[in-house]
Amino acid sequence: MDEARISRRPVSPRLWLAGCWLLMALLAAIFAPLIAPQDPLAQDLMLERLPPFWLDGAEPGYWLGTDSLGRDLLSRLIFGGRIAFIVAFAAATSACLLGSALGLIAGYFGGWPERIISRVVDVWMAFPPVLFAILLVAVLGTGLSSVILAIAIIDWTRFCRVIRAEAMSQARMDYVESARIAGYGRIGIMLREVLPNVLPSVVALLSLEMGIAVIVEAILSFVNLSISTDDPTWGSIIAEGRLSIHQAWWVLVFPLITLILTVLSFSQFGEALKARFDPVLR
Amino acid sequence: MEPCLDIRGLSAVLPNGQRVLRSVSLSVQPGEVRALVGESGAGKTMIGKAVLGVLPKSVRVVEGEMLIEGEDLGRLDAKARRTLIGARTALIPQDPLTALNPSRRIGAQMTDRLVRILGWSGERADARIRQLLDEVQIRDPERVLKSYPHELSGGMRQRVLIAAAFAAEPRLIVADEPTTALDVTVQKQILRLIAQLQRDHGTAILFVTHDLGVVAKISQKVSVLYAGKVVEEAETAQLFAAPQHPYTRALIAATPRYTDPYASLKPVDESVLAGLTAEIAAADKDWRPSHG
Repeated sequence: MDEARISRRPVSPRLWLAGCWLLMALLAAIFAPLIAPQDPLAQDLMLERLPPFWLDGAEPGYWLGTDSLGRDLLSRLIFGGRIAFIVAFAAATSACLLGSALGLIAGYFGGWPERIISRVVDVWMAFPPVLFAILLVAVLGTGLSSVILAIAIIDWTRFCRVIRAEAMSQARMDYVESARIAGYGRIGIMLREVLPNVLPSVVALLSLEMGIAVIVEAILSFVNLSISTDDPTWGSIIAEGRLSIHQAWWVLVFPLITLILTVLSFSQFGEALKARFDPVLR
Repeated sequence: MEPCLDIRGLSAVLPNGQRVLRSVSLSVQPGEVRALVGESGAGKTMIGKAVLGVLPKSVRVVEGEMLIEGEDLGRLDAKARRTLIGARTALIPQDPLTALNPSRRIGAQMTDRLVRILGWSGERADARIRQLLDEVQIRDPERVLKSYPHELSGGMRQRVLIAAAFAAEPRLIVADEPTTALDVTVQKQILRLIAQLQRDHGTAILFVTHDLGVVAKISQKVSVLYAGKVVEEAETAQLFAAPQHPYTRALIAATPRYTDPYASLKPVDESVLAGLTAEIAAADKDWRPSHG
């Protein structure tokens, strides 16, 4: 897919909006120490529960207000984005590699590999995902790598099911038969003829999965099972905000908005990318 | 002369024991076009797939032999069989819409096989492909080679597939209803191209079709197939001049004629079919595969 082909189609507004938000959030997370107006961990009881900048009693430099310990909310959101993005990329990529590989094998080869993989997926899907995640983290111990591993272990089935179905329909195509007649090996056909045609779906799912990983991480933080250090995460900020909802609504509302925008952007970005990369313009 | 393709007493069954091929024998001489004609479901495509080693998993060959240039496919191991089929045969498929990979450029798809399977150099493969595109009268090879399949018309895609089939100089090409999916005006051109390339390259073709008009135009010999059984085999001119089997006669009688376009379409004579079906059922009763 070269630039010439892609640029022929106009950029859709949803790809623009989603891309801009994600880029902004990603840059803010990467350069958090340079951008954050305050130290996200600095407590000051003189500054507790300051409202956001447009309300009476706001302090300059504390744009989105402070929480019940006087920590700057905007800075905490920016630093929380670091963990959100690390988890999103690492967990979604791991789940994608595992699930897509198994799905491709199951869908293209059929037979007993397909039966075994499909049964495992069925069993996996019977577990309620969030409880499964909590259980896994409880077993693996808290920490960044455990959270990433837990999300990958739970969500590979999402890739596996979709890619299996697509690979199956690809395997019946005439060009796969022609490749067999020409003398290509099975693995070669799978990688050369089948994989490129399921790639648009993989890309869309990958982006969607990043959003889901952000949510799962937030849920685990919310129940205090994510990163055990004091580093702010969106989930832990939401958990604290819930306690002071009547005194300081902003501590709950801003991280929720950030979370929703990010998750929505990931899924929209994936869908828009899929439409763009699909050679047949389905 | 040693036949290019020799099928001897080939029978195949479905898992429920139903026979799809009934002791089919036919041979194709080098450089000869052999038509395989019959109604849909008669097993024409099945024979083509058997030759190319891509029968569906559910279909099992229970007896018979297939020889390509004297080499018995049944005596080769799977890998040697694939190599032999890949080197000596090619397919012109029925539906040019699904026979090209939608996410790969035409050029890459065409040269890939020559380079990866036959070990040609990139330049040699490229030159060869361009020569073949010229032979199938594609005037702007640059554009076509850079295109994705969906950017070309059905007729163009079929030309590409014909070029690809002849590119590696196979000894035998299986053409599986290559004009069925195209519209009538394009059908003629494609048919003429296949005939032209066949003559120039001296390639034998097993031409699968249900269209007797196409049979008359392109083939030297015909096998008429009904319910997986060869009911008549003859020189093409002979078959139309003096069909021997009642089914062949019925089939020819049911062919629409351009001389009288307003005549209503006639189905194949029912009584002939009933007789044939009874004959086959009787033969099936006593049939046991000779091995396996």
